[in-house]
Parts: sequence; C-alpha cells; structure tokens
Amino acid sequence: MFGDDIVMLSRMQFGLTALYHFLFVPLTLGMTFILGIMESVYVMTGKAVYKDMVKFWGKLFGINFAMGVTTGLTLEFQFGTNWAYYSHYVGDIFGPLLASEGWMAFFLESTFVGLFFFGWDRLSKVQHLMVTWLLAVGTSLSALWILIANGWMQHPVGAEFNYETLRMEMASFADVFFNPVAQVKFVHTVAAGYVTGSMFVLGISSWYLLNQRDIGFARRSFSIASAFGLASVLSVLVLGDESGYTSGETQKIKLAAIESEWETHPAPASFTVFGFPDQENERTDFAIKIPYVLGLIATRSIDEDVKGLKDLRKESAERIKSGMIAYGELQKLRAGDLSAKPAFEAHKADLGYGLLLKKYTGRVIDADAAMIQQAANDTIPQVAPLFWTFRIMVACGFTLLFIFAMSFYYCATRVADQKRWLMRMAVWCIPLPWIAAETGWFVAEYGRQPWTISGVLPTHMSVSSLSADQLWFSIGGFAMFYTVLLIIEMYLMLKYVRLGPSSLHTGRYYFEQSAALAH
Amino acid sequence: MFDYETIRLIWWVFIGVVAIAFAVTEGFDFGVSALLPFIGKTDLERRVVINTVGATWEGNQVWLVLLGGAVFAIWPAVYATLFSGLYVAMLLVLFALFFRPAGFDYRSKIEDPRWRNAWDWCLFLGGTLPPILLGVLVGNLLLGLPFHLDQDLRPFYDGSFFALLNPFALLCGFAGLLLTLFHGALFLKWRSEGTIHQRATATVAALGPLLLTALAVITAWVFLAIDRPEITQMAAADAPSNPMNKTVIAHGAGWLQHFQTHAWMWLAPAAGFGGIFLAWKLGAGAARMAAFWSSALGIAGIGLTVGFGLFPFLLISKTDPRSSLTLWDASSSHTTLLLAFWITVVFLPIVLLYTRFVYRVIWGSVTEQTVLQDSQTLY
Repeated sequence: MFGDDIVMLSRMQFGLTALYHFLFVPLTLGMTFILGIMESVYVMTGKAVYKDMVKFWGKLFGINFAMGVTTGLTLEFQFGTNWAYYSHYVGDIFGPLLASEGWMAFFLESTFVGLFFFGWDRLSKVQHLMVTWLLAVGTSLSALWILIANGWMQHPVGAEFNYETLRMEMASFADVFFNPVAQVKFVHTVAAGYVTGSMFVLGISSWYLLNQRDIGFARRSFSIASAFGLASVLSVLVLGDESGYTSGETQKIKLAAIESEWETHPAPASFTVFGFPDQENERTDFAIKIPYVLGLIATRSIDEDVKGLKDLRKESAERIKSGMIAYGELQKLRAGDLSAKPAFEAHKADLGYGLLLKKYTGRVIDADAAMIQQAANDTIPQVAPLFWTFRIMVACGFTLLFIFAMSFYYCATRVADQKRWLMRMAVWCIPLPWIAAETGWFVAEYGRQPWTISGVLPTHMSVSSLSADQLWFSIGGFAMFYTVLLIIEMYLMLKYVRLGPSSLHTGRYYFEQSAALAH
Repeated sequence: MFDYETIRLIWWVFIGVVAIAFAVTEGFDFGVSALLPFIGKTDLERRVVINTVGATWEGNQVWLVLLGGAVFAIWPAVYATLFSGLYVAMLLVLFALFFRPAGFDYRSKIEDPRWRNAWDWCLFLGGTLPPILLGVLVGNLLLGLPFHLDQDLRPFYDGSFFALLNPFALLCGFAGLLLTLFHGALFLKWRSEGTIHQRATATVAALGPLLLTALAVITAWVFLAIDRPEITQMAAADAPSNPMNKTVIAHGAGWLQHFQTHAWMWLAPAAGFGGIFLAWKLGAGAARMAAFWSSALGIAGIGLTVGFGLFPFLLISKTDPRSSLTLWDASSSHTTLLLAFWITVVFLPIVLLYTRFVYRVIWGSVTEQTVLQDSQTLY
C-alpha cells in the first residue's frame, strides 16, 4: 500500500511530537491544582506568603504552559496532515471528542490563564481564587476528553462500520464516554500529572531548604506538595492496577507482551517480575516469577487463565480469516449486491483484521496462508521494549510513593527539614514523574500496534498519502523548533528556580534581603 | 429533532460562525503582533503594544483550535483532504504559530535588549505569516484544489506546494495580511493613548484604501475570470455521506451567475466592503469602538462572501470535479451532527459569557504608566 518508510516516518513524527508535548502537560495538570490549593490557603488565612507562593510557582507554571500550548497545536494539526485516512475513517467519533475538548476545556483554561496572571489587582481575592480553580478544572477537563479519545483508540466501543460511507460511525455516545478503559486512563493520567506537579514543587523546595534559603516559603510549599503528592501517587498506583484489569479484558495482547507471557499457563497465572524476553525463540530467559499475581491483576480471580502470546496469535489468525470474508462481502455490498448483507454483518466485527492483509495484498480476499500468518505475526508486538518500559514506569511509581510517604510523615511529625537525605533524594528524583509518564505512554501506544484503532484500523492504512520528502521537511522543522524552544525553556526555568521567590520583587526574600544587608 | 438535511445546513452556518469568530479575534492579535516592531519604537512602547492583547490572545487562539476540531468533527473528509493535501503549507502555518506563545510569555522575562528585540521579531513573524498563508489558502479554495478520492475514499493530492503560490492566491495572501494589519491597528487604537494611538490611527488611514483596492481586484477577478464547477446530479441531501455519488461539471455558469441566481447573497460582499470602508472612515475620528466593530463586520462580510460563493461546495477539486466535497456529502453521521449541535448550543453561550467577563475585567487603555506600575507581572 504505502511504503514502509512513510508509515515509519509518520509514526516517528507523531510519537516524538506527542511525547514532547507530554513533557509539559503533566506539569500543567499538577501545577494548576497546587496553585489552587495554595491560593485557597491564602484566601482562608490571609497570609501574604501563600499569595507569594501562588505568584512564584505561577511564574514557573507560566513558562511551562507556553510550551504546552505550542506543542499542543501540533497534535491538533497532525491528525489531518499525517493521518488523513484515520481522520476520514474515525472522524465521526474522534472529531466530536476533540471539538468537545475545545468547547469545554481549551476555552476555559486559555481564557482564564490571562486573568490568572494579570487579574490580581482587578479582581477580589475570592474572584481570583475562582479564576485559578477554573484554570485547574479546564486543564483536567482537557485531559478527560483527550483520554476518552485515546481510550476509544484502545478499546473502540459505541461505534459501527457503515458500508455506505466506508467509515466508522458513532452508535452510542454514552458508550464512548463511559468506556471503562477511558475512565481508568483519565484518572491514572491526571493523577500522574498531579504527582508531577507535586514532585516539581517538592524537589525545588527541598533545594531551597538544603541551601538555607527562604525557609518559611519553601517549608510551606514542601508540605503542600507532600500531602497532595501522596494522595496523587496512591491514586496513580491503584488506578494503574485497575488499568491492568481493564486491559486484561480488552487488550490481552498488550498485557501478555508487557508480561512477556508466551504460553498460556494453567490458572492462576504468575507474574514475571524480571527476565529477558527473547522474541526470536518466543521465550523469556532467567524469568523470576511470583505465583498467582498476574492472574489476580488481570482477571480478579484465581481460576481464569491469562492467555499467552502464542495462543493470542492463533486467535488473530482466525479473526483475519473471518475479516477476509467481511472484506469480500463488503465489496459485493458496495457493488449493489444487497444479498451480501447478512454475511457481511456476521463477519463485520473482524473487518479490521481483514484490513491487516492490505499490507501484503491490495485485494485482501486473495491472501494465501503465508500472508495470513504474516498478518497474524504483526498482531504480536515486540515484547522487550514493552516489558522494559513498563518496569521502568512501575519502578518510578514506587520510588515516588516512598518519597511522598516519607515527606508526608516527616512533615506531619515536623522534622522534615532535618532529613537532609530525603531532601537530597527529592532534588535528584525530580525527573522521575516525567520518565514514568513518557514510558507509560510508550507502553499504551506502542503496545497497541499494529493498530491505530484496536482491531478496527491498522496503522499502515491510517497514514496520509505523502512523500518521504514532505515528512523529512516536517520532521526537520519540528526537530529545529523543538530543540531551540526546549533550550530556551530550560534556561528560563532554571534562571527563575535559582532566583526563587526573590523574582517577585517584594523585598521579602533571600536575594533582596542579602542585597539589603550588603548595603 | 432536526432531520439530516437541516442539521447539515445548521452546521455549515455554525462552522462559518466559528471561522468568522476566529478571523475577528485572532485577526487583531495577528495584526497587533505584526505591527509591533513598527508601532513600538522603544522597549516600553513595545510592551504597551504587546499588553493590549497580552491577557486575551490565548483565549482568542482557541477559536483556531476549535475551527480545526469542528471541521474534523463535522466534515472529517474536508479535514483529512485539506490538511494532508496542503501538507507543507499547513506545517508552515503551524511553525509560524510556534513563535507566539513563547514570544508573548518569554519576551519580558529577561531584560537584555537583544533578547527582547529577537522575540519582537518572532512575534512579528507569528503575526504576519499565518494571515498570508491563510489568505493563500482561501485563494486556492476559490480556485479549486488538485485532489481526488480513490474508491476507499482515501484523499490524494495531485499538486505541489509551489503551485499554491499562483498570482491570484498570492494576491489573496497579501489581502489577508492587509486585513489583519488594518483590523489590528483599529484594536490598538482603541486600547492605547498618546503616541501609540496616533501611530495606530495613521496606520488605519494608510491601509484602508490599499485594502479596499485589493479586495476590489480580488472580487472582480473571481467574478470575471474564475471557473465555478456545477453539480449536475447528486444523492438526496439526507443520504449517507459519500462524495463519489454525484456528477459535477468543471465549467459551470460562473460566480456572477451564482450570486445573481441568489440575489440576497449580495448582502455579504456589501457588508464586506461597507464594513471596511466605514471602519476606515471612522478610524480617522474618535469613535474607536464603532470603527473596530465596523472592521469586524467587514471581516464577517468577506467570510460570508467566500462561504456563499462556494455553497454547497466545501472543497472544489479541479482535477477530478466529482471528488469535490460538499456539505451534503462530506459530513459526519446524523447522530454525530446532532450530538455536536447540542454540545455547541450549551457551551457556545457559556464561552461567550465568560470571555465577555474576562474582557470587561482587563479592559481599559494600556499606557506606559500602567505598564510601569505593573512591570513585574505584565508581559
């Protein structure tokens, strides 16, 4: 169909720009909530230091927000520019979700972000607090809609193929909205954002405390971050476990690949903690397993088995054969032969599997056994990348749990400032939430291959009809802009972190006080 | 509630409304940042210019995002064909937009004049390139694009980026730039005092005749020299969306005939020219608000002229007329159109209401004094 290079380059561009966008999103999600909490404390207590906290952390948030806006625009364009057939094929479902995000979330956050920065003297305390919370709600609502859209790509419910328009169409909005995969993903992802914001504030506050600067300011920031961070990291982990459960129902292949589970073992399945996946020989070397655990996570029972990749591939092959029939009947239907309808309806659910064969033969119905086998092999992703990224994500999650639990405990017992080891650890662990978020998205998206819409539309069919030159032009442009912007952003961020609350020019903080002393 | 045909027509109107809202709001943001290096000479003057739109440009930009999202949701085939077909042009628009968030937000965070000057020129690029490119795009929509759909309804583009840069489209790009500069100057005049106000007034006076001339040439060109295809037969207006179920002839009766058949359509170009002319006249005097809104009326008139002229086409294919997309055969399903309709009916008023609230809160002239007073928080 299309050259593999076009598909590869399109995937590379989308993957890199989406991962890059998600460097900024989680911090925005977390920071807006933390700003809301800090400002609530300010309004309740009237203490100026809390207002300074909102303004200073707000400055850092603003530097990050600008990058989130910039890189978010790319994604809005990119479905159309690079995934045109995808846009045609599922626009009926995916489009309204993005449009809803515009109406309910983007307008809210973007309209109020200006007032958040410039409205301090023009609004009453309570009004400004409302603005901050609306900003926070806006950012999280935006995550809601985009994760419903992404959840639908993982588990496409509430939609049906229409042979007259040759695309998927919305059958039930309620099913799309209340898609269990989407709901779990939403809470897991926003909570991960809250963890990111918390770790950012916790780490930087620790750095001030270690350097004996702006103690009161940093201590208060530290304790808010530790409490909010602990609650958030617990939600992430619990909901992460919950996504194991839902993906057990709908995305068996992804789960089996994450666990490097080649064979179906008698129930209950054991959980592979560690090992070396060997794709070629389809086995896992040096595996360390814990009995029962995978069965519990994936099926919530001890008597259901968890299917291994080899069996799942056999199921794929069956569905591909059924998809060939669906495709053949579809061609008859389109030619006006309505008698093909019952057979088409019977095999419609497997049409997407039939489309997998387009990679090997344009006509689909003439595929031979070897092609079917190749297509079935395609449904099994590369195991090692998923196996490892998943474990990195989980390790980051538990390290963060440890840091937040300790910070919260020592804050509650009022000895946090004496625990220099913990504060040092908090500074060094600032990158962990980002590593977890990026690896998490890698697992979710790479693990869905070879599909853009699980079981419905293969990735190789989704791309636009472009040339490699066009793709190199855009990839070059993104590489240039994104590199330069990242350097500028990091420079500003570090500059303002070093300055600390002194950047507010209130005269109350470290550099201005030491300057005053020197005079 | 609404049958398929009606809701398809309603959505054609709604998307027009969103497109006009985008052009009116983002239009003055583009214009203001394009004028920035010229109307603001000193750093303080430039901060005044930037802060006239500083608190609201982000909200305005959402109209663009929403326009993209709404076309995706309502006319997926248009979104797919246009964005992939005009790949290089669309990415250039995107790259130009990259200059804006960082430009606004980072510029005043460091005092070094070289830093600030560099960002000012970034904002200039972010304000000039999109209106030029979008003008070129509209010009090519009127001319028709070289694309076709295959039997799976997959869009293929049969032209190149450089073919988009034909004389007619370039003139449209030039007019797009003039329009945003004119509109932006009117906004700047409204929200400033003193030197900036005077420079903005002078800009309006100088650009008005130029803009009106460019629009007149474009109009004459369209009516006299550009083909308009015609649909000779198509499926019912409530049939499932499939653009290939129609026959179209490439050389129709022409744009003039189209407007003569539907005489009420003349209201649109009348509003376009009238609004701009009035804005130019009022722009010389003290009626700041009236001048700005006249220009907004002019933009709406221009947008409606394009929409009416194309109706019922959304994208004309000049290489394979049958593949042309119309609002009757390129829309989403009935269910989706109704769903999106209700979401819009609920949220559009809410958005307008809080947008109005935000503008009321931040409204007032931006001057050198107000910028100095709030130097730490303002851009």
